[in-house]
Amino acid sequence: MKTYEKAIEKVILLSAIMATISVGLITFFIFRSGLPVLLEYGIIDFIFGTTWSPTNGDYGILPLIAGTLSITIGSLIIGVPTGIACAVFLAEILQKKWAKAFKFSIELLAGIPSVVYGFFGLVVLIPAIREYILPIYQFFDPEVSQTGFSVLAGAVILAIMILPTIVSMSENSIAAVPVEFKEASLALGANKMETIVRVLIPAAKSGILSSIILGMGRAIGETMAVLLITGNMAKIPGTILDPVATLTGTIAMEMGYASPTHQQVLFAVGIVLFVVIMILNIIAQLSVRKIGGNA
Amino acid sequence: MDPRKLRNIKKAKNIAFYGIIGLLAAATLTVLIIIIGYILLNGFSHIDVEFLTQEPRKMGKEGGIFSVIIGTLYVTGVGILIATPIGIAAAIYFTEYAKEGKGVILIRFFTEILAGIPSIIFGLFGFAFFVIFLGMGWSVISGGLTLAMMVLPTLVRATEESLKTVPMSYREGSLSLGATKWQMITGVILPCCKPGILTGLILGIGRAIGESAAIMLTVGGSLRVPTSLFDSTRTMAVHLYTLASEGLSQEKTYATAALLILIVLVINGAANLISSKLGGSNGN
Amino acid sequence: METKFEIEKLNLYYGSFQALQDIDMNIYSNRITALIGPSGCGKSTFLRTLNRMNDLIRGVTIEGTVKFDGEDIYGNFYDIIKLRKKVGMVFQKPNPFPKTIYENIVYGPKIHGEKNKTVLDNIVERTLKEVAMWEEVKDRLQKPALGLSGGQQQRLCIARCLAVEPEVILMDEPTSALDPVATSKIEGLLEELAEKYTIVIVTHNMQQAGRVSDYTSFFLNGKVIETDKTEVIFSNPANKKTEEYITGRFG
Repeated sequence: MKTYEKAIEKVILLSAIMATISVGLITFFIFRSGLPVLLEYGIIDFIFGTTWSPTNGDYGILPLIAGTLSITIGSLIIGVPTGIACAVFLAEILQKKWAKAFKFSIELLAGIPSVVYGFFGLVVLIPAIREYILPIYQFFDPEVSQTGFSVLAGAVILAIMILPTIVSMSENSIAAVPVEFKEASLALGANKMETIVRVLIPAAKSGILSSIILGMGRAIGETMAVLLITGNMAKIPGTILDPVATLTGTIAMEMGYASPTHQQVLFAVGIVLFVVIMILNIIAQLSVRKIGGNA
Repeated sequence: MDPRKLRNIKKAKNIAFYGIIGLLAAATLTVLIIIIGYILLNGFSHIDVEFLTQEPRKMGKEGGIFSVIIGTLYVTGVGILIATPIGIAAAIYFTEYAKEGKGVILIRFFTEILAGIPSIIFGLFGFAFFVIFLGMGWSVISGGLTLAMMVLPTLVRATEESLKTVPMSYREGSLSLGATKWQMITGVILPCCKPGILTGLILGIGRAIGESAAIMLTVGGSLRVPTSLFDSTRTMAVHLYTLASEGLSQEKTYATAALLILIVLVINGAANLISSKLGGSNGN
Repeated sequence: METKFEIEKLNLYYGSFQALQDIDMNIYSNRITALIGPSGCGKSTFLRTLNRMNDLIRGVTIEGTVKFDGEDIYGNFYDIIKLRKKVGMVFQKPNPFPKTIYENIVYGPKIHGEKNKTVLDNIVERTLKEVAMWEEVKDRLQKPALGLSGGQQQRLCIARCLAVEPEVILMDEPTSALDPVATSKIEGLLEELAEKYTIVIVTHNMQQAGRVSDYTSFFLNGKVIETDKTEVIFSNPANKKTEEYITGRFG
């Protein structure tokens, strides 16, 4: 009996460290597959090279970084205010009963597969951009790209996709602000709006911040949605209507037909992506932990 | 300044504040409704018996998506089947066995980190490790194993949440009767957690079904019905991507997207129902 | 008179806080021993050292010896499972499992390997009769135990404990969550149970200790101030603090 229990405990411990083993394996294999070519080509040349043309041996990923960065920043510009507004709405304004329904809607938004978002962007957003935004833009800049596949399209779709992350984490941290803070503010004669803006949001600052960081990580890592709508041109964008290629999209698209060396290069792109996301995740995790400790 | 003017400014500010918040929240809701509505409306009429039961012809341009549905079930099933026992066991470790310490903090930390890794990285890894290194090729098993890693954190979290709600007194009652720890866990604690575990499972299935980037790199894209774990196949999400990016058939693309949305709706509804209906049953 | 538990120089710490100090005590077979004292005095903690339930709490260290039938239960190779089978426990709040009445009672026998349906049925009937509940619930054995009243739940927990045929029953304020009627039912039960079992009961209620127990031990600040026959403690305590507590001057 004793040995049986001991054996079970071992199996359970093994299961618990499975996630850790997975992270280890992932790190190892991504680096193993991509590092040699990265070192051979030179990290500086790789990251700051402005020409991405793998078939010709040009592996500069600056255009891809610019692509990822531009749509990520765009998505944050749209998604962060909206997300925080929804979180405040949920935590402070909406009645309990309705808040539950609203929360469910946000969860639903999180459940929609990314390829469906991409498809929606393709059939609704891109024609809309072509029809309504492009003419206005053309007025100022007649040379602008006319396809609709663009930074803008990617940013809008990504903004929707990162909303659930921002909303749910921000809402949690706003709801976790001690009632005393709120009462103290209201007792001083502040109205609800002033309390929200001056007390609740500042008090929930670190939670909101880590939700933004996690959302950013999600935006950077998102693949299939952006693949369908950003146009996949490895060029540093000049306007928000320019097509771009992202780190993730490039990997997904080119992996299918890549030669062995090209594959290794794509793994090297994976390394860059992986490192960036890991840093963001670790920062978010650490700050979440800190909030947990303070509460 | 004139106090009346000040009050007016304050009032205007208030209106603007609530107006903006309400507007953004309403916009979010509208977007959700538009996405779901648009795709369902356009796709629903193309979903029929033929679409569900026939194999795709001409790369999916004609026919149905039968083999794709089977492929989806197969890959998702394998992934969930592998991840579930590990996820539950890991959650049991965290709530029942782990003692506070650096080691436990570390493995918890990595479980969270695993949840944040994007699917394309899982895809790259699955390709390098399962497909190439272990020689499993583009196959159901490569995809299933990759998926298992991806949904593991979801399962751990859901199970752990519900394990935490089991009152300490059940544990004491069980142990005081001379139960071993494992007898206590299987006989008393886990039965209390069925709804929570089920919710986690359903959410995991949802994530698995919607996954595309990782699947594309590990399962491949064969349109045949897979007959073994080592066959390549295609899942609905990957199929949708292929149809959309190659513009093969508007009809079939909408139908596939609608089916995916429908599954997501059902899954989220079910998970919500289970957790709200049975979540409070441990109150004692 | 047989000694069931012999406790010597027992010290218990929660981290750096000492909850029990140099406890020496004997607990006799087939007697009811009551542990009394103000809250936080260590009586529940002490009770839980007798079936090693304190092992569940993190950061507990225990020194000294607790001998059960002459064997140190904190010895290296002592089988805790066997100990807990022989030393049952009833808790402050009734804690039936969210299962049927029947399943609650057979849970213990089942984990100890009993599979025979007839034997299990007999155990259910015997134990429910022992706690005077058989007539009340015999027609709804397959109903959830959580549907019973508080008093019934507590008697069910006693029955569940009896089902594994323990030698000792530890009771941690078993009536504190119950109304007076249910309390008197359980007190009446104790006398009958004492014929077969050794009972140790922690109670807040001095009258209860006086009514039901043969021996009483008075705890204060983690120490045993005095242990004696109940009538001695209540009529002629040796220690002044005991007297003050008994007469209600503090606590």
